[in-house]
Order: sequence, then C-alpha cells, then structure tokens
Amino acid sequence: MSQATQADIDVVSEGRIESVSGPVVSAVDLDARMNDVVYVGAEGLMGEVIEIEGNLTTIQVYEETSGISPGGPVQNTGEPLSVDLGPGMLDTIYDGVQRPLDVLESRMGAFLDRGVDAPGIDLEETWEFTPELDVGDTVEAGDILGTVPETESVEHKVMVPPDSDGGEISAIESGEFNVTETIVSLDSGEEIAMRQEWPVREARPSADKRSPDRPLVTGQRVQDGLFPLAKGGTAAIPGPFGSGKTVTQQSLAKFSDADIVVYIGCGERGNEMTEVIDDFPDLPDPQTGNPLMARTCLIANTSNMPVAARESCVYTGITIAEFYRDMGYDVALMADSTSRWAEAMREISSRLEEMPGEEGYPAYLAARLSQFYERAGLFDNLNGSQGSISAVGAVSPPGGDFSEPVTQNTLRIVKTFWALDADLAERRHFPSINWSESYSLYKDQLDSWFVENVAEDWPETRQWAVDVLDEESELQEIVQLVGKDALPEDQQLTLEVARYLREGFLQQNAFHDVDQFSPPEKSYLIWKAIETYNDEAFDALEAGVPVEEITAIDAAPQLNRIGTQEDYEEFVEELQSDITEELREKY
Amino acid sequence: MKEYQTITEISGPLVFVEIDEPVGYDEIVEIETPSGEVKRGQVLESESDIVAIQVFEGTTGIDRKASVRFLGETMKMPVTEDLLGRVLDGSGNPIDGGPEIVPEERQDIVGAAINPYAREYPEEFIQTGVSSIDGMNTLVRGQKLPIFSASGLPHNDLALQIARQATVPEDSAEQSSADHSSGQGPREDAAEDEATDEPGEDAPSEGVDESGGDLGEGEEDEGSEFAVIFGAMGITAEEANEFIDDFERTGALERSVVFMNLADDPAVERQVTPRLALTTAEYLAFEKGYHVLVILTDMTNYCEALREIGAAREEVPGRRGYPGYMYTDLAQLYERAGRIKGREGSVTQIPILTMPGDDDTHPIPDLTGYITEGQIMMDRDLNSQGIEPPVNVLPSLSRLMDDGIGEGLTRDDHADVSDQMYAAYAEGEDLRDLVNIVGREALSERDNKFLDFAERFENEFVQQGYETNRDIEETLDIGWELLGMLPKTELNRVDEELIEEYYPEESEESESEEAVGVEADD
Repeated sequence: MSQATQADIDVVSEGRIESVSGPVVSAVDLDARMNDVVYVGAEGLMGEVIEIEGNLTTIQVYEETSGISPGGPVQNTGEPLSVDLGPGMLDTIYDGVQRPLDVLESRMGAFLDRGVDAPGIDLEETWEFTPELDVGDTVEAGDILGTVPETESVEHKVMVPPDSDGGEISAIESGEFNVTETIVSLDSGEEIAMRQEWPVREARPSADKRSPDRPLVTGQRVQDGLFPLAKGGTAAIPGPFGSGKTVTQQSLAKFSDADIVVYIGCGERGNEMTEVIDDFPDLPDPQTGNPLMARTCLIANTSNMPVAARESCVYTGITIAEFYRDMGYDVALMADSTSRWAEAMREISSRLEEMPGEEGYPAYLAARLSQFYERAGLFDNLNGSQGSISAVGAVSPPGGDFSEPVTQNTLRIVKTFWALDADLAERRHFPSINWSESYSLYKDQLDSWFVENVAEDWPETRQWAVDVLDEESELQEIVQLVGKDALPEDQQLTLEVARYLREGFLQQNAFHDVDQFSPPEKSYLIWKAIETYNDEAFDALEAGVPVEEITAIDAAPQLNRIGTQEDYEEFVEELQSDITEELREKY
Repeated sequence: MKEYQTITEISGPLVFVEIDEPVGYDEIVEIETPSGEVKRGQVLESESDIVAIQVFEGTTGIDRKASVRFLGETMKMPVTEDLLGRVLDGSGNPIDGGPEIVPEERQDIVGAAINPYAREYPEEFIQTGVSSIDGMNTLVRGQKLPIFSASGLPHNDLALQIARQATVPEDSAEQSSADHSSGQGPREDAAEDEATDEPGEDAPSEGVDESGGDLGEGEEDEGSEFAVIFGAMGITAEEANEFIDDFERTGALERSVVFMNLADDPAVERQVTPRLALTTAEYLAFEKGYHVLVILTDMTNYCEALREIGAAREEVPGRRGYPGYMYTDLAQLYERAGRIKGREGSVTQIPILTMPGDDDTHPIPDLTGYITEGQIMMDRDLNSQGIEPPVNVLPSLSRLMDDGIGEGLTRDDHADVSDQMYAAYAEGEDLRDLVNIVGREALSERDNKFLDFAERFENEFVQQGYETNRDIEETLDIGWELLGMLPKTELNRVDEELIEEYYPEESEESESEEAVGVEADD
C-alpha cells in the first residue's frame, strides 16, 4: 500500500468499532469520506469506507476479522485506497491491495497473517536515472522526464504526475536514486520523485481514446485466425470449470506480443498462482528472449484470501496497467476470474443488506463491470505517446450457463468473445474455444494489418475456413441421424477437410514446445496446406476417384502435424507436393 | 471470563445474548443449560450490546436462563502426533475409549491462507493403483481432487481403495527431489531445515523419522505411504462403521485420525468438523513432516449445514438458497491443501460430494469444481454395468496432471496415451448414439473400431475391482493394448517415436480381422 509503514500514517480522525460481521465492520464517531482507507482494531487491519449513515460508518476489511471486538479503535487515514506506482512493479507478485507477497513471506512465514503492511514498491532500492530533459525545459503533467532500466526487457519512464501543474525544470540530475528521493525540481517549487500514488478506483487521465487498429498477436491459431483481439481491445473468456480458462489466460500472458503483462489471479487457486510464479521466470518472452517475468506483474488474491481484497485486486491491476500505458507501452491485462470479483461484490453487498438485483448480485454489477472494461483501450497519452491496455476477463458462469448476470453484463461490453466449451475440453480439444459461438467484432478493422503483414488473401482464407466449419456443423446434424456413409461423396469429403481444420488448425498443444506458439505466418500456412488438400481432393473426386481412396492417402494425416514442426515452411511445402502427387496418381 | 444470563432470543441454531462488554468476532462461547449440560458455540455477529451465537451441539435444552460464558479466544484444535490412530467426534473429543489427548499445541481452526509465494508447486505423482485415476486423471501430492458422486454410487469404496493403496513410488519421489532441491530430499537434511525454520519446535525430527519409517517398511510397495485424516460430516452410522472396519482390517487406522460427525449429530457441528480435520492435517504435514491424505465426506452435508445457518440468520440467499459466501467458505477449506517450500510434508485432499439429482451444475459441485484442481466423476450407467470403480473419465479431470507425469515421474508416453484414449473414447461414445439409430452395420470400419475401443476401454481399463492395485506401468500397458485396436494413423495425439516404441504390432492385425466381419456388409 501507499502507506509506507503504519508508524507513518497520518491519522485524520479516530472512531470506535460498533459491530463486526465477517469482513464488514461498522464504526461510530469516525469522521470519514467515502472510500477512505482506515485501520481497524488494535492490530490495524486495513479497510475501506463503503457506506456512511449518520454517525455510523461501514467499512470493508481486507483481512480476516476473527477476534476483532466492538469498542476497538478505528483510525482514518483520510486517503482513498491507492497504489504505489514506480519502478520495481514488474517481476513482482502482489496481493489484492498491492502488498508484495515475497515481503509478506519474509515477515510472517508461509501463512498469511494479518495486520502486516508493506509498501508496494521497495523504498530503499535505488535505480539508475537518466534524464531526457534539461534544466530550463518546460514540462506538463504526464511528460516523460527520463528513464530507468526497470528490468532487462522494460525501460521504465519517469513521468510528471498527472495532477501536477507543470512548470520549468529548475534541477534535474542523473544518478542512483531511490523511489522517494527528488530527482527533478520545478520552478513552482514542486519536487518530483519516481514514486507516484494513484487512487485505484479512478482512471488515470489521458488525452484521447482511439479505435484500435493493430491485433494483439497471441500465437494461438484459433484466436489470431478466427477471433482476433485488438491491442486496446476487450475480450471475455467464459466457460464452465474444467474448460481451460486458466490455460487460455496463461497462454495469452506467455505468448501475446504485449510489452507489459498484468496478470490478476482473482479468487482463484493458490497452486495456479504458484505455477505462474514458478514458470514465468524460466520461460523466455517470445519477443525479446528475456524471462517472461521481466515484463510481468502478478496480482494474486487466491480464493481463500480475504474477500474484500478480492474486490479491490481488479482495480489495483488496472491502475498499474494504466501507469505503463502512460509510458507508451502496450499492456495486456488478464483478470482470472471476473466472476469471483463479482461474487466478492455480492458477498459484501449482502452483508450490507442492500437490495439485491439479479441472482443476489448488487444492482450496480453492470456499472462496475463496464467501468472496469472502459479503462482498457488505445489511448493518446498526456505526453503525446500512444499506449494501449487490452483487457481479457475470464468469466466462470455457474453450471456453465451463459445466461447468468456476470456473463451477460460482460458480453454487453466486450467486443471479443472466446466461448469455452466443456464438451470440447472433454475430448481434449484444446484450446477449447467453440468456433460457432465465439466472435470478434475487431475482425474487420484488423484485416488490413493481416493483409499488410502476413498474407494478402488472409481475409479470404479465413472466410474459406469459416465456411467449411459452418458447413460441417450443418452436416453433423444429418450425420447424427443417418451416419456419415449415407451422405453424398462431396459432403463426406467436406467433413474430412473440416476434420483437418479442427485437428490441425484449431487444436493447439499448449504443452508442446513448438506448437504452443504459432506465429500468424505459420497459422496461415496451415490453412493453405489444408486448402491445397481440399482443392486437390475435390479435383480427384470430380475425376471419379472414390472418396474412400481420397481420404486414405498417406500424406493427409500429416496435416495434423504441421503445428509441431519447427521448420514448418519446408514441411508444408513438401506436404503440399506429396498430397498433390498422391492424389493426382489416382486419376 | 464473563458470564451472562441474558439470552434474549433463541432461533434454530442461533442464540442472541445481551452483553455489556464487547466480545470478539468468531470467539468461542460455552452455554450451560439449567440441566448442567455444556454446549459450545461461536460468535457470528458482534455488536456492542448484543451478539449472535451459533451453537454447535444444537440449541435443544437452552432456555433464557441458561448461562453464557465467552472464552475470549477463537476456536482451537489441540494437536499432537498422538492423534494418529484415534477416533474423535465432530467436535474433536475422543470417542474410541482411548486415553485423554495431551496436546502439544493448540491451533486456530480457521487456517490462515498459504502465501502463494511460499507454496511449492505440486508435481509428485501419487499412485492410487486405480487405472482411471492414475492413467487418465493423475493425482499429485498437494492436490485437491474431489470425487463427484451421487446417492447410491460406491464413492466410499473408491475413497477407501485410494486411502489403502495410495503411495508415491520410490523412483518418482527421488526424481522429483532431484528436480527440486526443496522437495523430498535426503530426509536428514530436511529435518535440519525444519529445525532451523522453527526454533522452539522440540521434536521435528521424530515426526520425520516416523514417516521415513513408513517409507522403509513399505507395506504395499517400496513407495511412501500417507497419514490419512478422515473427516466425516453427516454420514450414517452404518457408513461410519464400514469406514472404521476397513481401516481396522487393513491396519490403516494406526496412521489415521478419524473425525466423525454422524447424520444424527447436530448439523451446525459440521461447520467445525472439516476445519478440525484440516488443522490436524496441516500440523502433521507442515510441522511434523507427514504426507497427509485428507478425505472429507460428504461435502454436500456440510453445505446443507451452511445453508441452514444462513437461513436462521435471515441472510439474503444466493443460488438455490445457499449463502452468497459459499464459494469463499468452501475455498477456505479446499485451499488448505498443498505443499510449502522448505517443509517436508504435504496435504492432499479428496473431498467427496454427492450431487443432488446427479446434477453437476448444482451449486455444490459447481462451486467445488471452480476451486478444486479437477474432479473424479462417478457415473450411474457405468455402475449399473457393473464397472468397478464406475469412473467416467470424460467429465473427470486432473488439472495438475501435466506436471506430475512423464519421463522420470511416470513414463514418457503417459501424456500422449492419456490424451489419445480420451479422444478415442469420446469418439466411441459419440458413435454409440448413432448406433442406436442406424445400427452397427451402417457404420464404417473406422467407426466400428472406435466403438469396440470404447467398449473395451470400459471393461478392461476402467474396470478393475476395488481390491486390485495396478501400478502405473500396468495401467499404461493396458492402455497401449487398447490403442493397438486403432490403426497407427489414427493415433494423432501420440508422438511418432512413442508409437514406434510402444505400439503393439501383433494386435493390430488380429483386431482388424475382427473388424472385417462386421464390415463385410458394407
């Protein structure tokens, strides 16, 4: 948190506890504003003011409240819930209120105790600051003053805080500084350090918001190929348990071509977060080859950690993302899962005895969700640079029923929808993204990028694949009734082509070293190889070759193995000529 | 300690008491009825002049004159290694007629969350000896893998089989300790680490020695065995007897701690039972170095109790009347599984729940599935076919499988074999619907092979009986025997080199001959 240690807290006012019910505590005689951070009880548990009624202030507490009793003290800091922003956030794992988990471990051991506070960024650590401006230059809010090498992948840009009035630089020095030391002085008397504070529930300002025009390349064929997400776009991944939400989110965190990744584990499994903590330092970033952790900030509030901190972890994450966006970076933010976040809202709301909306969720659910997703986008920053936040939220609908409030309210906002399908997951079709239910509204605005950077006929090839898959699902209904062999030969062949599209293109092995990342060029070639098979096979059929013979050629099953080939270009070329040769021999 | 005789309201499991000194949230309360009976409860809501108390043993016999004592502390579990071999009731009191338990420590039963940063990622293969689990949904140390069952299905038999057979094969344990310096490791080192980790802990090495002793004895195999914590919530006396008898018969009781809340015990007590069990498990695992397997049955009864209390408190209900915080509440139980860096032991959880109406979208299995690392699904159709254990592998899943299997852990072909069998069995299952309409003759040779595969998969791979203990080699070999029914070209999930190594050559021909008979009509 922003408060360095508890000793430093400026106590604005003090009240006393009136009642305790789970994470909700009421206090009397407390002079507080909405959303002020307060410390509750003798142990000083952190909480936030969420309701004021006469002399009674209601507080949600971010830590376990066992043993807290009425009569205890409540101290108000007079500050809203905010995060520390500055170098040192990458390669770090935080809890829901930005306490670094490694620091917490060293202070209280393997189990999370309470009443321990720690600053979000190390106040002692020093950073090498290189100015980009000189004395006499005039700066405004948001301007970049200089840089700090934060990790091997990311150059951290030190900015004038967005609430500054700006002015002329009266002193600026290079050298080693910690985050609280003044590095730049302005003639107005303002002193600027690397560390900024920002209230999490408020979006950081920007100059303008634009329409996204570049894709966030994910390296996942089904996503890049059929349902692309734009840099600055929003996406939802709903799916029942076991359908692969987390694997999909983690693949995005690993392989997408963002500069910065903020991964929020919101109310999910502890072991999953451990997996990320274990894996990411060893995995290379596909763009730079440096460890993935060097561009990643993790926020872990596992399901058994206090529920109020789960409510805030999403805001903590997006505020950190906005800070890097301000530097001009493309940030990808994953929230796994927004349903747990919504449930935290519901739990607190029900403790407050608010009038429930649909399924017990508070009536402001839709508003909160849209506020969150609206903080994503492609922005012109105050300092003239352009940065983006792509937000991807996993949704865990109860019973896999997409008609529930969280899924529905999310779908009204996001423009890319990756529907996960338990049925596909059961037959180990991964990523289990259902190709007939999913959609991307960015498809058209991103086509020009794919045409320019990958292949001229990218949109046409995609359309061809979509058509074949559509036809297959229609034919499957008939097959369910009469069996495959009752279909005309050309339709049988279509089914065969569609099968290769499913198995060779849509499916991708997240655990195979090569297959896990498929650049768009490779995805395109797989399409092309299957298209070649399609064209040649239909030619053969027309020439009178029986469909059994066409489908039995030896080369065809190789279509499913392109994904795992490192030298895929050569492999595809050879495969295409093998297929052509084998089929043409038959007539 | 202050005593009050100011009860204002008694409603279901709740008692409201007027107080003049503040009482802490979650604190433990003793209520003495006029007849002298002492009941325990917990503060659910604390205001400056009134508290709501939930009474574990039921409110029968409490009247407004009953005296209420606030003990000034939250609920604690007295823990010691001597608990092994004991049978306790749902509130932690011995019911086996054995000696008084002398606790070494008293630990808060609401466990603190493990810092994700301090966790060790679970990847040590546990061999349960059950093919459908080992082969297809592998369990690893520190995982929480529930059994989703339904009334009338033999989930207890499966749970007992796992408790009896579960072991970590020696070589895999060694392998993973080589991979992870803080894993199993040489036991002496680990004991030293632990001693330095926790000064004041007088006999950590003793515990380690004992679990090391298990390893040496090797009752079943040369692998290491588990201490079993059994937490029963609302099961019938008959079921309870079955469990205890089986534990006694197999000698498992001496490495077990049993907590029994029976069907006619107060429902509210079910809130406490799993927490006592897990607190004991954590103590044995993280302070005494045991590998602990926790079996909790039946989680459905636990959730019913949660709903009962929610209703008594007149809370706004969530789905189907269950409280909105059920996810958080369940997570606080299930997440108490895992491994911790630098500590010897582990907590592996197998909760059992019965799905009301066989419906896996019911809130109980649904929320559980979102927290646990997979699920083992019992199937009514397989059960009526006489398959033992009737595990339907298709909706089953183990999320931690991928890192717990493979070369050095199980076998290099494990992942591919499992994937391929999943795909093939799923395809066979699909075709069964079609067969019902058009008959087998109308299907192609390829389709018929998949149908046969699905048949044999159920009857030879899944079917094994509750007394059979198959090691992982045997399980995978059966898998290859079945995959041999399919032509090599259909094995698109298996690496080509592995096909060369394991594909049973002779069976391909014999199988295709078999299929010819069916297919001749085409």
